[in-house]
Amino acid sequence: MLSRVADSLYWMSRYMERAENVARFVDVNLQMTLDIPGDSEGQWQPLVNASGDRELFVERYGEATQENVLGFLVFDAENTNSILSCVRSVRENARWIRQFITLEMWEQINKFYLMVQRGAAAKTPGSITHEFLEETMMASQLFTGITDATMSHGEGWHFCRLGRFLERADKTSRILDVKYFHLLPEPAFVGTPYDDILWAAVLRSISAFEMYRKRYHQITPEQVLNFLVLDREFPRAIHHCVISAEESLRAISGTPSGTFRNPAEQRLGKLRSELDYIQAAELIDGGVHEFLDNIQIRINAVGEAIYEAFFALRPVGGTGGTHSRRAPQ
Amino acid sequence: MHFESYDQEGFFDEMFDADNRPRCGADLLVSKIESLSWEDIRQRQAAAEQALLRAGVTFNVYGDAGGTERIFPFDAIPRIVESGEWQRIEAGLKQRIQALNLFIHDVYNERKILADGVIPKEIILSAGSYRKACEGLHPPRGVWCHVTGTDLVRDRDEQFYVLEDNLRCPSGVSYVLENRQVMKRTFPQVFEAARVRPVIDYPSHLLRTLEDLVPETVDNPTVGVLTPGIYNSAYYEHSFLAKQMGVDLVEGRDLVVLDGRMMMRTTHGFERVDVLYRRVDDDFLDPLAFRSDSYLGVPGLMDVYRAGRLGLANAPGTGVADDKAVYAYVPKIIRYYLDQDPIIPNVPTYICWDRKDLDFVLAHLDELVVKAADESGGYGMLVGPHASADERTEFAHRIRQNPRKYIAQPTLALSRVPCIVGDHFEGRHADLRPYILYGRDIYVLPGGLTRVALRKGSLVVNSSQGGGSKDTWVLAAGAPGGMKPPQHTAGGKD
Repeated sequence: MLSRVADSLYWMSRYMERAENVARFVDVNLQMTLDIPGDSEGQWQPLVNASGDRELFVERYGEATQENVLGFLVFDAENTNSILSCVRSVRENARWIRQFITLEMWEQINKFYLMVQRGAAAKTPGSITHEFLEETMMASQLFTGITDATMSHGEGWHFCRLGRFLERADKTSRILDVKYFHLLPEPAFVGTPYDDILWAAVLRSISAFEMYRKRYHQITPEQVLNFLVLDREFPRAIHHCVISAEESLRAISGTPSGTFRNPAEQRLGKLRSELDYIQAAELIDGGVHEFLDNIQIRINAVGEAIYEAFFALRPVGGTGGTHSRRAPQ
Repeated sequence: MHFESYDQEGFFDEMFDADNRPRCGADLLVSKIESLSWEDIRQRQAAAEQALLRAGVTFNVYGDAGGTERIFPFDAIPRIVESGEWQRIEAGLKQRIQALNLFIHDVYNERKILADGVIPKEIILSAGSYRKACEGLHPPRGVWCHVTGTDLVRDRDEQFYVLEDNLRCPSGVSYVLENRQVMKRTFPQVFEAARVRPVIDYPSHLLRTLEDLVPETVDNPTVGVLTPGIYNSAYYEHSFLAKQMGVDLVEGRDLVVLDGRMMMRTTHGFERVDVLYRRVDDDFLDPLAFRSDSYLGVPGLMDVYRAGRLGLANAPGTGVADDKAVYAYVPKIIRYYLDQDPIIPNVPTYICWDRKDLDFVLAHLDELVVKAADESGGYGMLVGPHASADERTEFAHRIRQNPRKYIAQPTLALSRVPCIVGDHFEGRHADLRPYILYGRDIYVLPGGLTRVALRKGSLVVNSSQGGGSKDTWVLAAGAPGGMKPPQHTAGGKD
């Protein structure tokens, strides 16, 4: 398929997943401010840190109040990773490849876009509600379902899937990172009901609460890491995401597992095999933050290698090539 | 009775005759409309608009800062063309496109028509759309215009005229198909009973026309639609057609000439392209052959084309016959090549290049429509009767500066169609753009784009200038009401 089309499919899918994850981030924090008494303002700074756009936020808003952070992450058109910007990027990418995606996919994107545009036009940051965020998550999941049900599971579909799972792996690691570091080490909370509440909120934010309960029952930090990082079957666990991304990458290139023909396959394969064999205890010993940070860096490196291998094809001696529409991380 | 107070204001109306009786073929639709409450009509109109919005059927407006994408305004009341009338239009269009192809081929090769003095050589060579790089080209079967979208208008005298030929990259056919989809949902019963001829197979016909251009040595051809990209006003259509035909939609940056062949960049390396339905203008097609500052095209494309290794629709250079001064000669062109009288007449045209015509035009600016010879889409024109004295003075100056660039035509009283305006129907001026495909033979799509000037009294139907569209129902022969002989007789109505 055309490199440019593959590029747009990949980014369309990544931005869709990103919009959903920003909604998850924001929603879990909104829920927690309701569950935990006292000062809730300190809970919003970590969200900005995890978004990777801290400098832009400080420049535009200064203090990390609930209202500022919500405005920045949901409807700020200047923030390329806000929900509004992500959905616009989804649609922009989809417009480039409208002949390639199915009518049903396009209509869902268009509906989602109109809904978020309406929200941005009508709402002030103070009135961003759980319902709106839930609608956002649902719109993205609906899109994924429509994609799976209407698009042939060929190369184009695998590029969508590759983008979706890489983005999801990255975002699960960020959600975990920010919660683990900024909320847990409060010594007063450990072993209190709040500990339980916080972890439950993290699990809920990635729709993992019920599946976790079925698997491990009691909530402990080690088991949560086991579940959200290393589980092979839970669809938002990092390990599962990396396995799925690798499946799609290999379906695209035809390279058998255990071998590689380009740096994208090599990097993703290494990451997957590391996750195959590491244990939660080792991970904690080495430092959870360091581990998660490393995962994010490696996922970025995979993304760059995918760009080089599939999208940036240049004739020998030529100057052509596609440009990437990725957002800064 | 919704049409009781409907006022034709002395114009030819496409739906009603001069006595306010439904025209041949329109009775079924009119009685259906009359049976609906106004609320119901409004709801159907709203549902149609919603469907178009959801589907994102949009066009881009140049020079509009507030969001470049708009929904093409749509009116839910269809325009009806009765079968006998359509037969004449179809025959006229076939005749015209055949003659124009012979003409273009002649102009870039032997130039017999110029040698015989039928058209002044200066007119041709001074046309802004004449392409020197096309001299000596021999497209397969001598066909240059594979896709044409001729603009027809009907005057007060009931006669259809050709207003423009649009031989380059005519757009709008996607709206024909989308409008039809929407209308089938809006008026299902009347649609079925009226025996409207289908337009849905246009993409199949187009694909066949393109496949006819595949170089004969190629077994497994790859066809693509070449678009300038999402910022082009017709991008929606480019993606729509590519999708309907199931072919790749490519941009210049996807393509590269390697070893004398056209290749596209894919995730598995370079792949050959055999035919391009190009929606990029001549000027931007190949920076080595045409405008060197173009980023939209592919360097070396013309060499591949000349070597017969690439099919192009339309061939480059066809714009020469779109020049409005050349247009004035089309009746002569038809007689010269086919030895026939034109079935659909031209609008009388004054060529400012001609001294006598120029004097006449300048003296009658308040009656005429003046157009730039090399513009289209409603840009660069003056509607004399609607313009202010200052605008006319300014335009007169421009004409004197460069007479070759302008032509003038009498202001036609474009026929009107009833449109939903507020809480009632009002007449709005409209034109008709049928689409013609020329591959191994000539095919005219039974339908077309009816464009409507939605501003009251306006004669400019272009989407970029506040125009909207309607579905166009060409009735099958023997359709209800269609058995009666056509009601037009020369010079009058009953």
